[in-house]
Amino acid sequence: MRGFLKFVKKETLHILRDSRTMLIALLMPVVQILLFGFAISTEVNNVNVAVVVPKWDEQIRQSINKLSSNPYITYKGAIAEHEIDQNLRSGKVDAIVVFAHDFDRLMTQWKQSGNGKAAMQFIMDASNTNTAQAGAGYLNNILAGELMQSNSLVETHMLFNPQMKSAFNFVPGIMGMIFILICAMLTSVAIVREKETGTMDVLLVSPVRPLTIILAKMTPYFILSCINLTTILLLARFVLGIPMSGNLSSIIVVSLVYLLLSLSLGLLISTIAKQQIVALLISAAVMMVPIVMLSGMLFPIENMPAVLQPLSAIVPARWYIDAMRKLLIQGASFGLVLKDFLILVGMTLAVLAIALKNFKDKLE
Amino acid sequence: MSNNDYIIEVKDLTKQFGSFTAVDHISFEVRRSEIFGFLGANGAGKTTAMRMLCGLSYPTSGAGTVAGFDVRKEGEKIKRHIGYMSQRFSLYEDLTVLENMELFGGIYQVDKKTLRERARHMLERLDFYEERNTLVGSLPLGWKQKLAFVVATIHKPEIVFLDEPTGGVDPITRRQFWEMIYQAASEGTTIFVTTHYMDEAEYCNRISMMVDGKIKALDTPANLKKSFNAASMDEVFRILARDAQRGD
Repeated sequence: MRGFLKFVKKETLHILRDSRTMLIALLMPVVQILLFGFAISTEVNNVNVAVVVPKWDEQIRQSINKLSSNPYITYKGAIAEHEIDQNLRSGKVDAIVVFAHDFDRLMTQWKQSGNGKAAMQFIMDASNTNTAQAGAGYLNNILAGELMQSNSLVETHMLFNPQMKSAFNFVPGIMGMIFILICAMLTSVAIVREKETGTMDVLLVSPVRPLTIILAKMTPYFILSCINLTTILLLARFVLGIPMSGNLSSIIVVSLVYLLLSLSLGLLISTIAKQQIVALLISAAVMMVPIVMLSGMLFPIENMPAVLQPLSAIVPARWYIDAMRKLLIQGASFGLVLKDFLILVGMTLAVLAIALKNFKDKLE
Repeated sequence: MSNNDYIIEVKDLTKQFGSFTAVDHISFEVRRSEIFGFLGANGAGKTTAMRMLCGLSYPTSGAGTVAGFDVRKEGEKIKRHIGYMSQRFSLYEDLTVLENMELFGGIYQVDKKTLRERARHMLERLDFYEERNTLVGSLPLGWKQKLAFVVATIHKPEIVFLDEPTGGVDPITRRQFWEMIYQAASEGTTIFVTTHYMDEAEYCNRISMMVDGKIKALDTPANLKKSFNAASMDEVFRILARDAQRGD
């Protein structure tokens, strides 16, 4: 035990004296949370809209007023019909609203009978599908919203995230990424560094048990990750206003399992890599890319091609992110994330077993 | 050196990696508190043999004892009685001189008080006590090497294994390094050293020459030169290595 504590002290000193790495490890989650929370967003803002008006009337003026006063829309003025193509091509506008020449009459007819001919046309620049879809949605709501509401067939409710804030979606994803980065990447690099400098040989010739060395190496990174978990949860709750309606102890228990899983992955990488740079590349290429692409952090799993969907099942972050979404945003009970939790536990045990076996074999 | 008290006894020790025999039935003895030079070209099997003696690698066949413990069964006990300094400089650069000493002292369970006294004594002898709180990374290579030796012997091991300890350092530091080795040997520590500097071979009490996994010669430097009718150890080595299959 005394030997273990001595080693933990040694590892802590390594981290404390490498202030740049420590700073990165502690600040990265903060920067990412703030970046994704405020700067980067999938919400579509500032849709540039121009209008084509064949014949001005009061109805059209009202509609244009509604457009130009909407915060999501930037009104670019009226253009002539033959300018439509050029405006869209040059990127000056994202959308054009073409009013019918008898707009006034058509609208009145719609209001009275609830049906009729099309009164306006939206021409969208769909080279960015995301902006085009969102923009069309906005225009629909602004210009035709009152008509639909008067005798609506459908009523939509945005549950859990009524303001549709994209930050809600990102926080679980960032958590899934950060812990892999800190636990797996930093730990594997730290272990491989000792192989590279030759100190590992000296340790292995000493009476210390290899398992002690490894556990002591993991301890400070585990603590570092716990600090990060606290920072992220606090930022998410008080800066981003995430409801965090789930049970806090469930959030922590699932997160701790994920931390252990990440540490085991780091150990596994360290048994494969002989140089720090290799460890770094494996962490980046084999773990970061699947996490970003396949975990459902950015792209919904249901949208992936059928071949990729089973592949995403082996990405640990997928299950963690899923569980965190349920717990943080939807306020689910532990029972609802039990499947995610059990899968994470199973993965942890499997990775740890392989890593330890590999580690022992390598000693021979 | 006429006693029969052997600290290392090895009989037909062999290590195979697949079909490749890295160490091929080597047998030798090392006497207590002698300086034993373990020589050979790169790839001759020196490091593999040494790893087996340190309990890092399990022999394919053969037998041996180190400090009275069986290399096949008691690797863990051997580890407690030996010191080891690897070929690459291997202290922690981001720890201070004293922190390195305390870490390794702690690993070998030297109690705190003894450790502090010993560290002070050893550093003062090197006239280096003032630098005890300096980060090892900021020291010149020669000093790092000397400190690595101090750290490898901090627990007063019965035998210390030095794997090419003087690689890459200047002749003056090498000279000082050998003075430290003599000092340790005179205090009763057995030194088992590999090197490929043939002039260093002359400093050893006895040396063995390894070629292609086998020990081709083992004697005092003087006797070796006589029996090979050679003027220097360099020449002895050249004669022995002439029909080597493996090389660098």
